Formats: sequence, structure tokens, C-alpha cells
Amino acid sequence: MEGSRIPILKLGRVLIVPIQVDMDDQTVMLLQERILSELERTGARGVLIDISLLEMVDSFIGRMLSDIAAMARIMDARTVVVGMQPAVAITLVELGLELRGVDTVLNVDEGIKLLRGEFGIHDEEDEFNLRELNAIAEQINRP
Amino acid sequence: MRLQSKSIALESEHDIAVARNEVRAIAVELGFRLIDQTRLATVTSELARNIVKYARSGQMIAQPTESAEGRSGLRLIFEDTGPGIPDIAAAMRDGFTTGRGLGKGLPGSKRLVDEFKIESEMGRGTRITIVRWT
Repeated sequence: MEGSRIPILKLGRVLIVPIQVDMDDQTVMLLQERILSELERTGARGVLIDISLLEMVDSFIGRMLSDIAAMARIMDARTVVVGMQPAVAITLVELGLELRGVDTVLNVDEGIKLLRGEFGIHDEEDEFNLRELNAIAEQINRP
Repeated sequence: MRLQSKSIALESEHDIAVARNEVRAIAVELGFRLIDQTRLATVTSELARNIVKYARSGQMIAQPTESAEGRSGLRLIFEDTGPGIPDIAAAMRDGFTTGRGLGKGLPGSKRLVDEFKIESEMGRGTRITIVRWT
């Protein structure tokens, strides 16, 4: 359950963060720091956080997602959260959490489209990266 | 099937994750549907975190239970011997917070369960009892 075990992949100018474990508070805070330092180190312009395997988002994790989006924004990067389970979404609303400043989409494909389209995150090796990203999206979305 | 009560010590941030995973496992055993498993795991995370954050330590007791009509449910008791809550009415209002939280803790938690009871005495501690029926 250590934060360092959650991978942060970089493809083109997008960081992809697949969260595949239940995170304790320490892991959440460490992950936040790691994403921000990767943003600085790589100059990425987008962060895609895949939470499709998260069975619960409480106010602590919700705040972490909002904080990452706000901090990334200051560093000129956009954040998209993808794959929230319906039960998690219902519970978040009942709890009264808004995930302020966080764009959410259904799956990794849509997340990449949003980052590339609406937010205009492109780069030189566009074609190559698109193929790579789609391959990874398929991997991540596979149940 | 009769599940036994179980208590879990809440002494560190890691125990919060242990408690919510335990509650989810019990909820699965009791036949709660997925959305209720999620509600119970989330409410456990919120209330366990309050204890670790404000009282430093305490415990959670999980008691499988049954209603008069024979419906099964889960009662969770979160108790600590911390400072207590000075103004429960204020703490139950949306938007109220004393910590760095979002102020969703207690009122948000109440919305996730069927029964919610809070007892608190200054300098003695706090006990929150919640029930969710299947």
C-alpha cells in the first residue's frame, strides 16, 4: 500500500495514473506529491487519473483529487479523472462532495480525447503517441 | 448465518483503511448490495478518520443485527475518549468544520445510513452509532 507502488506513466505530454489499490491516507498524500513533482520534471500538460478500480472515494481522497487539479492548473496542466464506478458517484453526491475543479469522464479513451481536444494538449510525435495511448487505454480498461 | 461482533482499534491513519475494508467484507457477508457496501465503507472511512484526527485513538465495533421484521443490518459504533464535541448541533450542519476537512464529515455520513446517533461529553469522549439495513 505504499504510494511509490502506484505507477505514473508518461505518454507524450500526459501523465497517466492508474490507481489500482485501496489507498490509505499516507499513500494518498505521497501520490499527490509524486504527481506534482513528475509534472515539474517532465513538463507534462495533462494528468489522467484512472479510478475505475477504486471501490470508495471518501472526503479525503475527494479533496486530494480536487487539490491535484488545482495545483496542476497552477502548473499549467489539466486534470481528468476517469472511470468512477456508479456506486462511488452516488455515494459522493450523498456525502455532499463536489470534486471542485475536476473534470470527470467515463473511461480512459474519453479522458485522452478531452485532454487532447478541449485542452489542446498536442506534441510533435502526435501520431505515434496517439497509438501508444490507445494501446495503454485498452490495457487499463481491460477488466 | 450469524456473524459475530468485531472490534477494530483506530490508532493510526492506516487503521482507517483497515476498518473500511473490514466493514465492506462484513457488508458483503450480510448480503448488502454494492451501493450499500460502498456507502458503509465510505461512512466508516469518514468516522474512523474523525477519531484518528481529533481523538487520536478509539475503536470501531461492528455488530451484525436484525430488525423486528427480520431484516438484517449492520450496526457500527465508533467510540473514543477524546475531547468530545462542544456543539453537536453545529457539527451536524453542512459546511461546518474545525479541521482541514471539507466540513462534510458528520452531516454527509448521516445521509449514508438509516440510523445515526451521536453522544458526546466534553473531556470524556464521543460515541457515534449508525445502522444500515439491507
